[in-house]
Amino acid sequence: MNKIWIITKRELKSFFDSLMAYVMIVLFLGFSGFFTWLFGNDVFMVNQASLQSFFGIAFWSLFFFIPAVTMGLLADERKSGTIELLVTKPVSDWQIVAGKFFAAFLLICITLALTLPYYFSVAGIGKIDHGAVWMGYIGLLFMSACYISIGMFASSITGNQIVAFLISLFIGIFFQLVFQMLSGTSLGWFGAFMNYLSIGNHFESMARGVGDSKDIIYFLSIIILGLTGTELALSKRNLFN
Amino acid sequence: MEVSVESVSKSYGFQKAVDNISFKVNTGEIVGFLGPNGAGKTTTMKIITCFMAPDEGNVTVGGISVLKDPEEVKRHIGYVPESNPLYKDMAIIDYLAFTAEIQGVPRAQIRERILEMVNVCGLKSEKHKKIGELSKGYQQRVGLAQALIHNPEVLILDEPTSGLDPNQIVEIRELIKKIGREKTVIMCSHILAEVEATCDRIVIISGGKLVADSTSTSLRKQAQNKEILKVTIEDGDRNVVFNKLKTLDTVELVDFLPEHTQAFEVLSKAGSGSRRAIFRLCVENSWTLTEMTPIERKLEEVFRDLTTVN
Repeated sequence: MNKIWIITKRELKSFFDSLMAYVMIVLFLGFSGFFTWLFGNDVFMVNQASLQSFFGIAFWSLFFFIPAVTMGLLADERKSGTIELLVTKPVSDWQIVAGKFFAAFLLICITLALTLPYYFSVAGIGKIDHGAVWMGYIGLLFMSACYISIGMFASSITGNQIVAFLISLFIGIFFQLVFQMLSGTSLGWFGAFMNYLSIGNHFESMARGVGDSKDIIYFLSIIILGLTGTELALSKRNLFN
Repeated sequence: MEVSVESVSKSYGFQKAVDNISFKVNTGEIVGFLGPNGAGKTTTMKIITCFMAPDEGNVTVGGISVLKDPEEVKRHIGYVPESNPLYKDMAIIDYLAFTAEIQGVPRAQIRERILEMVNVCGLKSEKHKKIGELSKGYQQRVGLAQALIHNPEVLILDEPTSGLDPNQIVEIRELIKKIGREKTVIMCSHILAEVEATCDRIVIISGGKLVADSTSTSLRKQAQNKEILKVTIEDGDRNVVFNKLKTLDTVELVDFLPEHTQAFEVLSKAGSGSRRAIFRLCVENSWTLTEMTPIERKLEEVFRDLTTVN
């Protein structure tokens, strides 16, 4: 556990040292703030004390931002060769994968924590469903964890960050959009299955405050699948060099 | 701590990079690992450091197998990979602190170890810079510092002096020698002079196979099996001298040397010397023998012999 934390600490520090973290936070806050408060389907237009509009925006902006955060995690180490040094330290591949995963996850946590003032402001305007807001945040965290694990897998199979970014967007778009569309156009068990695979459904049921164990199992399986894939790709050292 | 490589093989696809290599490195020994490009040096290093698993065979470090307990093995090894990859955007001190932590150096000793490494590797004046801002020589020192931070018993260096200027090369060599007094050091290189200057023993591989494993002096002796002499004989016609030299029983080959009209290079047959015979020849013909020096065969030639035969 200690080793994982050492790696997490270093990655997190390098996010902030390379300005990556600041760019991410500023862009995300600007983007979500603009659509939550100023434009389109915003809080004032909906005229309800709810954060549904923010969650809708965050759902999409995280989908694009997370691959940018994760693309360098392993691809860059592979390219610069530092992976060789890291792997030959007394840590297991799992510890490396977990350490990097938590670093990206903590960065998202920090970013989302900075949107808490939205919640307090809206709560000040009217009566808000506190449970739904917290569930919405938890849903966003689960969703982010899924995309981080997918992004890390993409980053682990190539030495090129741009390729990693595109691969993770490509895999992500299925969960974000394609499965939903397929479920809309097909019937029977296939439609139901596609419906189950779509990340949006699970997120929405959480954001509405009615999430249950089925959603948690869904999120956890994607995370575990992504991280297992990452670990496998990492352990095949010279597969994609 | 001993490192023992036991009939290790490793292939990349159809290409066999390392083919049934075995050797042993004892505690306190500096071993040079030599071979032409693509001979499998780096692959062997990667297997010893647990970066890759061998297809066949086993490596033990201090009796611990890399297949059974790689994490324990890695704890005892300091490694500077080829081309010395480092996190370029980290400050030296931060990077050393990170390595110390991950190597499990007790928290109370980390500060002290970092300062010691900074002193030993001569990084004092640069210690607050980012690694990416350093010159290549200083980066190489950071590479060494990170490998030594947990005071490992085994040090593995893959081309540690590539890209350094001559002064730095001498400094790094001295450093390696100093370290090698107590530790087991395996040093990869294709520069013979370097290996000769620093190592106690030389292991040469070629095409994935082990071709030699001995000290540099005995390797040179092996080459000197055939004596080569530089001889200058005056007061005689050079062609006559040439022909007479050729007729000696022990002589295999005679050649003119460009630097002097009366100078010859004489190669003796294996296992025999021609010095006495040449001297007697001169006396018989009343020529004056003004020079007779054995020519040392360079290690380079031995290396070439060993690595091109296969």
